[in-house]
Amino acid sequence: MNFPNELRYSKSHEWVKIEDGVAVIGLTDYAQHELGDLVFVNLPEEGDELTAGEALGDVESVKAVSDVYSPVSGTVSEINEELLDHPELINEAPYDAWFVRATDITGEEELLDAAAYEAFCKEESEK
Amino acid sequence: MEKTTPLYETHKKSGGKIVPFAGYLLPVQYETGVIAEHMAVRNACGLFDVSHMGEITCVGPDALRLLNRLLTNDFSNMYDGQARYSIMCYDDGGCVDDLIVYKVRQDHYFIVVNAANKDKDFAWMKEHEEGDAVFTDISDTVAQIAIQGPKAQEILARLLPEESFPAKYYSANFDAVIGGMKCAVSKTGYTGSGGYELYMAAADATAMWDLLIKTGTGDGLIPCGLGARDTLRLEAGMPLYGHEMDATISPLETGLGFAVKLQKNDFIGRTALASKTITRTRVGLKVTGRGIVREHMNVFFGDEQVGVTTSGTHAPYLGYPIAMALVRTDNAAVGTKLTADVRGRKVEMEVVPLPFYSKTKKK
Repeated sequence: MNFPNELRYSKSHEWVKIEDGVAVIGLTDYAQHELGDLVFVNLPEEGDELTAGEALGDVESVKAVSDVYSPVSGTVSEINEELLDHPELINEAPYDAWFVRATDITGEEELLDAAAYEAFCKEESEK
Repeated sequence: MEKTTPLYETHKKSGGKIVPFAGYLLPVQYETGVIAEHMAVRNACGLFDVSHMGEITCVGPDALRLLNRLLTNDFSNMYDGQARYSIMCYDDGGCVDDLIVYKVRQDHYFIVVNAANKDKDFAWMKEHEEGDAVFTDISDTVAQIAIQGPKAQEILARLLPEESFPAKYYSANFDAVIGGMKCAVSKTGYTGSGGYELYMAAADATAMWDLLIKTGTGDGLIPCGLGARDTLRLEAGMPLYGHEMDATISPLETGLGFAVKLQKNDFIGRTALASKTITRTRVGLKVTGRGIVREHMNVFFGDEQVGVTTSGTHAPYLGYPIAMALVRTDNAAVGTKLTADVRGRKVEMEVVPLPFYSKTKKK
């Protein structure tokens, strides 16, 4: 399981990287592993408002649908349209398969660094 | 507290992701994932632990008469080893369960029922026993392993002499021996890709499983979980109890009329089935819009609700989402454009012929 150091993580298993006022958001390796083969992705539209801790879209595995929560509040500036046709990219390379970029960041959820998130995932999988 | 099958430790050791299902702890998938497991069955071979299924015998001089009274199909004129699919109905025509009856020999039948329904089925059977015939629940002593896919026969042929194979689809050899273990080999399955279902003593399940894995690995055989079992049966358009049928759905509504013989003797549910007008029917739906349509989603023709989905998923072999639904008979013709309400969003679908996938139809 991969936990890149340069990213921060939500307890609902999204990763975020904020650079120069732009947040890039995706789903973690742990999340894709737990969800299994993903077959459908629902993304917001450019210009949509995001609220930290609220759903920004959803992903569907063969078995079930799961919400994807936004780690930040802000405005969607770009969506990764490639995911709409190729949701399997999330399973293959979760940290390259970003969902949305957001600007005008006004707040964020409680976020963990890589070490804390790794420890959190370990606890989750032992439950 | 969930029960385990004899293969529980084997699944854990081989990376099975264990979930509770129908009162048992079973693997929903292995490390390979549902899609790879699904494709292995379509293109090569998959191995399934289906030991959770219930097995009940019906034995005695009046066994045939009892089965014909209790079940919708007609079990007269069966040869030894032959299998026949049937529904067991309530008086009002709703389904107690669907099941497979094998004639082992004269006065001796072997019945396979759904795990989740086993206790209910057995109680219903005992309640309706009559004449000189007895139902016995032997589920805990029997394990079942399904070997499915185009390579299944070739793999099994390395372990089983040609004359031990059941001759026809929907028949079984109850006196087969594989790797020194006594078993029944049945040419049946729940995947649409052909293959066999093996019944053996629970104590032999682990050795049988390991032997089949060892024999088939080189041909692409992999262990498969419940996830792939469900996507495979759905892609093959096969109904599942609790989805396409239940106590409130009659077999005639859900397209199982072939297993209901109204012309035979009187049987439980016959009067209701013969008199009720059919206003809804099971259809196959190809999702043409964007989204995955799952069970219990309302189905619309224009703005009017005309039914509800009973199962739905992404179909891994076909490469698009599919669903089955019970819809008003007026809106069931192939080609009809319908929509499903997917969490507040209307997703377009089209009625297509069932099965979605068959060995001969392909894509």
